[in-house]
Amino acid sequence: MAIDIKDIIKPENLVYSKSSLLTNRPMHYCPGCSHGVVNKIIAEVIEELGIQEDVIGVAPVGCSVLMYNYIEVDWHEAAHGRAPAVGTGIKRLLPEKYVFTYQGDGDCAAIGTAETIHACNRGENIVMVFINNGIYGMTGGQMAPTTLQGMKASTCPFGRDVQRDGNPLKMTDIVATLPGTCYVTRQAVHTAAAVRKTKKAIIKAFENQKNKKGTSFVEVVSTCNSGWKMTPMESNKWMEANMFPFYPLGDLKNE
Amino acid sequence: MREIRLMKGNEAIAEAAIRCGADGYFGYPITPQSEVMETLMALKPWETTGMVVLQAESEIASINMLYGGAGCGKKVMTSSSSPGISLMQEGLTYLAGAELPCVVVNVVRGGPGLGTIQPAQSDYFQAVKGGGHGDYKLIVLAPSSVQEMADFVELAFDLAFKYRNPAMILSDGMIGQMMEKVEMKPYRPRWTSEEIANLHPWATTGKPKSRERNIITSVELDANAFEVFNHKLQKKYQQMEEEEVRFEEFQCDDADYLFVAYGSSARICQKSVQILRGKGVKVGLLRPITLFPFPSKKIAELSNRLKGILSVEMSAGQMVEDVKLAVGCKVKVEHFGRYGGVIHSPEEVVDALEKKIIGG
Repeated sequence: MAIDIKDIIKPENLVYSKSSLLTNRPMHYCPGCSHGVVNKIIAEVIEELGIQEDVIGVAPVGCSVLMYNYIEVDWHEAAHGRAPAVGTGIKRLLPEKYVFTYQGDGDCAAIGTAETIHACNRGENIVMVFINNGIYGMTGGQMAPTTLQGMKASTCPFGRDVQRDGNPLKMTDIVATLPGTCYVTRQAVHTAAAVRKTKKAIIKAFENQKNKKGTSFVEVVSTCNSGWKMTPMESNKWMEANMFPFYPLGDLKNE
Repeated sequence: MREIRLMKGNEAIAEAAIRCGADGYFGYPITPQSEVMETLMALKPWETTGMVVLQAESEIASINMLYGGAGCGKKVMTSSSSPGISLMQEGLTYLAGAELPCVVVNVVRGGPGLGTIQPAQSDYFQAVKGGGHGDYKLIVLAPSSVQEMADFVELAFDLAFKYRNPAMILSDGMIGQMMEKVEMKPYRPRWTSEEIANLHPWATTGKPKSRERNIITSVELDANAFEVFNHKLQKKYQQMEEEEVRFEEFQCDDADYLFVAYGSSARICQKSVQILRGKGVKVGLLRPITLFPFPSKKIAELSNRLKGILSVEMSAGQMVEDVKLAVGCKVKVEHFGRYGGVIHSPEEVVDALEKKIIGG
């Protein structure tokens, strides 16, 4: 007996749907990129906490510059590296609202180093999400502050040479030392289990903001398969083998 | 009852900000304007009006805190002096591109580089021609007294919100540091969140179900769409040129010669006019109050019956270019000014008019 599709598409058979806060606009991220997953997690968290009318997001410059197209909340698009300062301005003037910033490695750990460190050091009561894929994706694969030693990028085509280029920067370890941060964690989204952990971390970060505990900083070690010139599957394996030893997952601080 | 106080220009800025209902000040110390934040911190407005005052880690952070606050529809301001204002240019072009209102005070000191802490007017180009990248303008007000330092804070906020554009108060170290009597205005309450939602429907306040989400941004990757947006900005600047030009005339009615000078230089030129009038030379002073929009039409109109114009500015000659553009070669226009932190005397200005314009 042939099964009619109409008999399957019924409310009682629904096992998954996208967050109602995700817009229907197709994401511009490359297939396999971690950004789409983290964007989705943030939308789900905001919806599940029921705070969508009180959230203001701050998008960065980089691959997630157009992130404001995807989540149904109010947004600011900040200049490169300045999201923590923009977030500070918003939160100081609207202390009852939830503010989160979303930055890549160039934004958070190179051009915006001062803004990142000082927002964390003041203990701005915001959520900071830091996507670390070790490369500048948007501009075409240049070296990032977090590019690993020996890792190739278009501005270090023979691999990062620490004598010439300096060492990869562990921004998350730095902010964990600052008294203003209450929660600093490093997560990933390469497996279903990792996605669940990252979601838990982001929920905790927003709950900390509700409880006025200070800055919550969530790094997501991520893949950039286009920039790394690998398939999505290869990227995940490469990340596990190379990124995780240098950027180990887990909580650095949980107060 | 009138409230008259003796205060420094920088202190007047701070006091006026609280009184006009500002929501936030973000700044970084730099001479000769540090009294602005010092006064605000001493007055503790967060305990009275609820105004937020925060010392940022840099001018870059300050201007981006303004971007955040302004996007929420709040009245936010910062102040700095020349080197710090240079650091803010990135933020200013983003504010202009995102059409956000805010007030930035530049208490100018001599440049280039770290320069000097003495007064100068050498940031004119940076203030009136945009300053950062892209086609944009700031609304630029030039106070020439401590009273105007106070009054222009409210005016700058009003214009900034009317046009959704950053406004700059272009002062200098002399007006910032000198003390004069000031009549303070009564307190104006800060906007409530309901008022902000009604007055500024574009503001990010958290998205209620009743409206679409608000996005504060200056990015548009479609060149044709971005050209259309740029047309909109240009129309706005044109409207400012038609409606917002402000200036003051001093003995211009029968003048054969004219000084054009703003801020501190205008104060000095008033004395030069008196000296020259005493000698029987019919000279007047036109003081632009708005540097953008510039009183070009007024200067062009006056130039029809003038024998010559001396543009006086504590710079190597910046505003003189706008005076020349306004006059269009109809009469002789020359520049005079001491600079690098040196202030010209009224006698030096008299001498310059006699040599460069009357005798030249």
